[in-house]
Amino acid sequence: MKEFGGSIICLNRSDINTDEIIPAKYLTENSKEALKPYLLEDLKLDGFDPASETLEKAGVIVTRANFGCGSSREHAVWVFEVNEINVVIAESFARIFRQNMFNCGMLAVELKKAEIDQIMAAGDGASIKVDLKGSRIVVAGDNEKSFTFSLNSFDRDLVEAGGWLAYADKKY
Amino acid sequence: MGRTITQKIFAAHTRDNPTPDNVVLDIDVVMCHEITTPIAINDLAARGMDKVFDPAKIKVVIDHVTPSKDSKTATQAKILRDWARRQSIKDFFDIGQNGVCHALFPEKGFVRPGNTVIMGDSHTCTHGAFGAFAAGVGTTDLEVGILKGVCSFRMPKTLLVNVNGVMPTGVSAKDVILKIVRSLTVNGATDMVMEFRGEVIDTMSMEARMTLCNMAIEAGGTCGVCMPDRVTAEYLWPFIKENYATIDEAVQDFRQWHSDVDAKYEGQFSLDVSSMVPQVTYGFKPDEVKDVSEMEGTPVDQVYIGSCTNGRIEDLRAAAVILAGHKLADGVRGILSPATPLVYSQALAEGLIRQFMEAGFCVTNPTCGACLGMSNGVLAAGEVCASTTNRNFNGRMGKGGMVHLMSPMTAAATAVTGKITDPRKFL
Repeated sequence: MKEFGGSIICLNRSDINTDEIIPAKYLTENSKEALKPYLLEDLKLDGFDPASETLEKAGVIVTRANFGCGSSREHAVWVFEVNEINVVIAESFARIFRQNMFNCGMLAVELKKAEIDQIMAAGDGASIKVDLKGSRIVVAGDNEKSFTFSLNSFDRDLVEAGGWLAYADKKY
Repeated sequence: MGRTITQKIFAAHTRDNPTPDNVVLDIDVVMCHEITTPIAINDLAARGMDKVFDPAKIKVVIDHVTPSKDSKTATQAKILRDWARRQSIKDFFDIGQNGVCHALFPEKGFVRPGNTVIMGDSHTCTHGAFGAFAAGVGTTDLEVGILKGVCSFRMPKTLLVNVNGVMPTGVSAKDVILKIVRSLTVNGATDMVMEFRGEVIDTMSMEARMTLCNMAIEAGGTCGVCMPDRVTAEYLWPFIKENYATIDEAVQDFRQWHSDVDAKYEGQFSLDVSSMVPQVTYGFKPDEVKDVSEMEGTPVDQVYIGSCTNGRIEDLRAAAVILAGHKLADGVRGILSPATPLVYSQALAEGLIRQFMEAGFCVTNPTCGACLGMSNGVLAAGEVCASTTNRNFNGRMGKGGMVHLMSPMTAAATAVTGKITDPRKFL
């Protein structure tokens, strides 16, 4: 079973779209690995620098509402995958992006705004562990905080199977 | 209790219910284009799964970048071309026959009322105009669709969108959907099907209904849907006449896919269009919309008429009415991309292409073109485009560029003056 978690980077804005996650001009690549340098290249967010070390070290994205709206491009999930980010925690997700995450065996976690506020208060670089079995997010620190999340059991099955293709190949 | 059209389509296509909230559907039509499919083809081949569930149910087009612009896009086209041949997929549309997927596939009669449709493209929701459930999906969903003919969805919720009143002159389906997205916001319909009802929808052409459904995703909607009726039957008649004795019989049959009067909805939104004015976006989100009067005078560098939203013959005709006897303003570039070869040839026969060219427009082949900045018509930093497309995301049509979404009529009026302009002044 894959380990989920790592150091966080906070993208404190709603409605971050797939063009901002990976611009269309890179969709001519036919390998996931080739997408790696272009992560969040066009993201419009005060103080955010796509070349920052915090982003390079991040394993978890923490963000606001409607994350991943726009295009159906799974490249927006793969560019996280090849940059070793396997969890996105948000107030809410656009449908296709959320499905793509689970389809790839990755984790899209929804938490309430007040909980996101608390995680963001821990700041970029704070470390997060995901206890998948207990459905808990644990933010490490002097006063360790934890948040429970709910996970649809089918989405959980996809994550545990390693994605939709592996699941569907066995079942259909 | 009554059921919505979406609940009826789901019930008729359910393969599996892994949980009460999730359903795995049998898919009638899997659509593919060269941006999101080649990587699925390569991945399936690498796993020893290079096969398709049913070649007759797979429809393939090269549309985002065509003709190919470099060796990478040529490779994408080649992967798709070779695969279609290898898998004996007959409905493959290559250069010369190709057009924007969501305009070309309806024209070929590929989508029927009650169908389930997926494609690795978010604007697949367009096909809901035919009374189908049509949703954009990622590449993994596409792989499973290609291989097994199934796709998983959450159980559908439906937002009822009532559109009533009398459409004012100079206002079109594009303005209606911009106004709806403006009110609902970009995630107002997330995880929901937007069911468009009301007297305005009843009198809309299929082209207009497709424009409306095309932008359901811009409010987060899984699909837009209209009740299949006489308009639908007349549009589809060349493809369904073997199945029905008369159009009346088809209309009657389509009624099985109408929502019941006592169907339960997640929510309701109503719009009276009678006092509506043309709408234009001002920011980097499709819900950042203003009345045209608030945007008037904004200078533009480029005008783009085309795309799966507004590159159909009705759109070209509407723009041509405004352009009649006028030329592009000094310093403004105009690009017209008819959405399909049929639209192009109809526009030629009707003299529209000559009219656009005499006005100073560059007319390209059918392609997604400038819409997503992958191919021709890319903006330089600081440039502004008046566009009939569906997205105004930052950087979409070129890094540092600004896109204002509007109707073909508003785009044409803007082309003539060089500044965002109310098209009603030309009517």
